[in-house]
Amino acid sequence: MNDNNTSPPLNYLTNGHTVKSWLLTVDHKRIGVLYLIAMTCFFLVGATAATLFRLELATHNANVLANDTYNRLFTMHGIIMVFFFLIPAVPGVLGNFLVPLMIGAKDVAFPRLNLASWYIYMLGGLFTLAAIIGGGIDTGWTFYTPYSSVYADSHVILAGTGVFITGFSSILTGLNFIVTIHKMRAPGLTWMRLPLFIWAQYSTAIINVLGTPVLAITLLLVLAERVLGFGIFDPQKGGDPVLYQHMFWFYSHPAVYIMILPGFGVVSEVLACFSRKRIYGYEFVAFSSLAIAAIGFFVWGHHMFTSSQSPYAGLIFSILTYLVGIPTAIKIFNWTATLYKGSVELSAPMLYTLGFIGLFLVGGLTGLFLATKALNVHLHDTYFVVAHFHYVMVGGMMMAWLAGLHFWWPKMFGKLYNEFWARVGAVIIFFGFNFTFFPQFIAGYMGMPRRYHVYDIEYQPFQMLSTAGAFFMGIGLIICLVTLVSSIFTGRPSGKNPWKATGLEWNYASSPPDTHNFTVPVKVDVEAYDYTDERIYQDA
Amino acid sequence: MSHAAATTDHEHKPYQQHHFESMEQQTQSTLLGIWLFMAQEILFFGGLFTAYTVYRILYPQAWAMGAGTQNVFLGMVNTIVLIGSSLSIVLAVHSARHNDKKGILKWFALTLLLGLVFFGVKAVEYGTKWEHQLVPGLNWDDHHALHTIQEHAPKGVEVTELPKGIQLYYSLYFVMTGMHALHMIIGFGLAIWIMIKAARGRFNAEYYPHVEYFGLYWHFVDIVWIFLFPLLYLV
Ligand SMILES: [Cu+2]
Repeated sequence: MNDNNTSPPLNYLTNGHTVKSWLLTVDHKRIGVLYLIAMTCFFLVGATAATLFRLELATHNANVLANDTYNRLFTMHGIIMVFFFLIPAVPGVLGNFLVPLMIGAKDVAFPRLNLASWYIYMLGGLFTLAAIIGGGIDTGWTFYTPYSSVYADSHVILAGTGVFITGFSSILTGLNFIVTIHKMRAPGLTWMRLPLFIWAQYSTAIINVLGTPVLAITLLLVLAERVLGFGIFDPQKGGDPVLYQHMFWFYSHPAVYIMILPGFGVVSEVLACFSRKRIYGYEFVAFSSLAIAAIGFFVWGHHMFTSSQSPYAGLIFSILTYLVGIPTAIKIFNWTATLYKGSVELSAPMLYTLGFIGLFLVGGLTGLFLATKALNVHLHDTYFVVAHFHYVMVGGMMMAWLAGLHFWWPKMFGKLYNEFWARVGAVIIFFGFNFTFFPQFIAGYMGMPRRYHVYDIEYQPFQMLSTAGAFFMGIGLIICLVTLVSSIFTGRPSGKNPWKATGLEWNYASSPPDTHNFTVPVKVDVEAYDYTDERIYQDA
Repeated sequence: MSHAAATTDHEHKPYQQHHFESMEQQTQSTLLGIWLFMAQEILFFGGLFTAYTVYRILYPQAWAMGAGTQNVFLGMVNTIVLIGSSLSIVLAVHSARHNDKKGILKWFALTLLLGLVFFGVKAVEYGTKWEHQLVPGLNWDDHHALHTIQEHAPKGVEVTELPKGIQLYYSLYFVMTGMHALHMIIGFGLAIWIMIKAARGRFNAEYYPHVEYFGLYWHFVDIVWIFLFPLLYLV
């Protein structure tokens, strides 16, 4: 492999250099890279918005932004981060890259459809960017009616259309993954031998296929109301805005699992590798993903405890929300048990993963606080909620995403990043994150409402801490970005399996993989995460 | 598709795409994909049926009176037309199975023709609603709407004012039938594409998945109408 006398064999990156060879590719690995590039750009847009309104919030009065600009910035932050980063990040990038490699297939089941998904995603993104450039949207990412339908004086139509279109990209990617995982596994790769990353992608794909169409039709009804004046959610015509909320959250609560389940998958892979142990209770971790996907469809009403929803319905939603905590807790316990007597190595991906477990634990438990009806009335729409979902989305999902990105980076680009700086980045992000969001729990508990631009001076210390923490986190992210990108140019070649990990992607495919993934026939005869298997320790 | 670097030594059948191991795997994958697509379609329309159910329970009066203004005869005609088009697409699949290219083209053409009849009738119905100013948001007129509803009320029932939620009935009528029509338009595009393929002789008795899966799609679109017709016209 490192023989310099012969030119290296073509891999998926070197097989074709033209722009056209990238934009018309049907190779799942290249499509994964396309998602990575697009998604990083969207992330930077969303982060810029956050930087601006975080600056504004440092003091209690308005001195950086006008109130309308502030509204538009936090809306843009929410829409971009949720629909264009969190939801497609792990499936779009890591899922596309890894699902066929992990199951020993040459590609996903429908390669052209896969490329179409990326174009749909980009088209949705362009609509949303157009809305932003045209002046933004001020409804909040939830598009609540009648605000979004009647009263908002901003580009709801463009942004709504953008989100509507992007939804189909999720649906089609989900469909592709389900079929791929069902029909294209290598000989010997039974369901109970699958990596947990695959189980997680599979569960996510189910939610994508069954949940996203409901969001699509809901947004369509809002657009019909705004464009044509149909008034399905308009109280003046007898419509019910709470119906909108039901339909919106029927998708958007499961969407939380669309965001976090793929992260769970990443965590299982990284944790097993750097503890050098099989995931404790593999079956439980696998089926808990499916359980979360299933129960997650029946908890949406916990977003509406303070609306006109019946209190009895609220009670049931509250209980069901506790219930979904059980499979989630099973995962956390099993991951922790995996560490026990493992041979733990604190590499950069592992630091992110351990950070994930701690932060997601906080995010998940505060979710149970919010699922408690009586407490919810006090905490509803406060910074407590903001802190809670950022612990889940950023502390959970983003940490898992960064863990996965570091972990599979050598596989994707064939280069090792600088381990020292990667660890520095991970540690700074972890502390920066806590400085940013922990104070918001306290401010929220004291009663500070979310989405306010000018606020009571007693909350200022918390908001200042938050802003300072956010800049700290930003520095961490920049270090992380620079470390990864520079490794492409200056990193040492990683070799096939730098972490000595189990899994077909590490042991059968080179780094970066061949265009058709495998040069030898793949056959599986062992369980997942068999770290006693001698074969993974022999370098090819 | 590319035939570069076949790495394994098994033989590829002419219709098998490179990334599949066998023809059977390819067929099964496509079939599962189609069914998953149907599942998401059901959820998509499910959102509309949910809104329909909620408001129908809230405003039974509006639903009864709104449905009263529908032309049941035209709705019935369209139902029969669509059932006919389903039948003709079944015959197209049958022709494909027997390697009958002309048959495929003939039955697809009939399907499209019946689809056009459906659109013609639908246009008449939409046009009448527009004339009666029954389109919420665009040209709704309370006075005119009341008049139309009074005209269509069953004998002995006196309507003195518009029932609450009547605009919701018409909004949902237009969204639901509109979404259904959109699916038919997409079907038209697919049908023409498949006809071109068929005319070029791309199918034979062993290989005609496009025809078969289009049949499934078209049946699905028809079934949606089979639900819409009683729910919107007959109540
Ligand atoms: Cu929720």
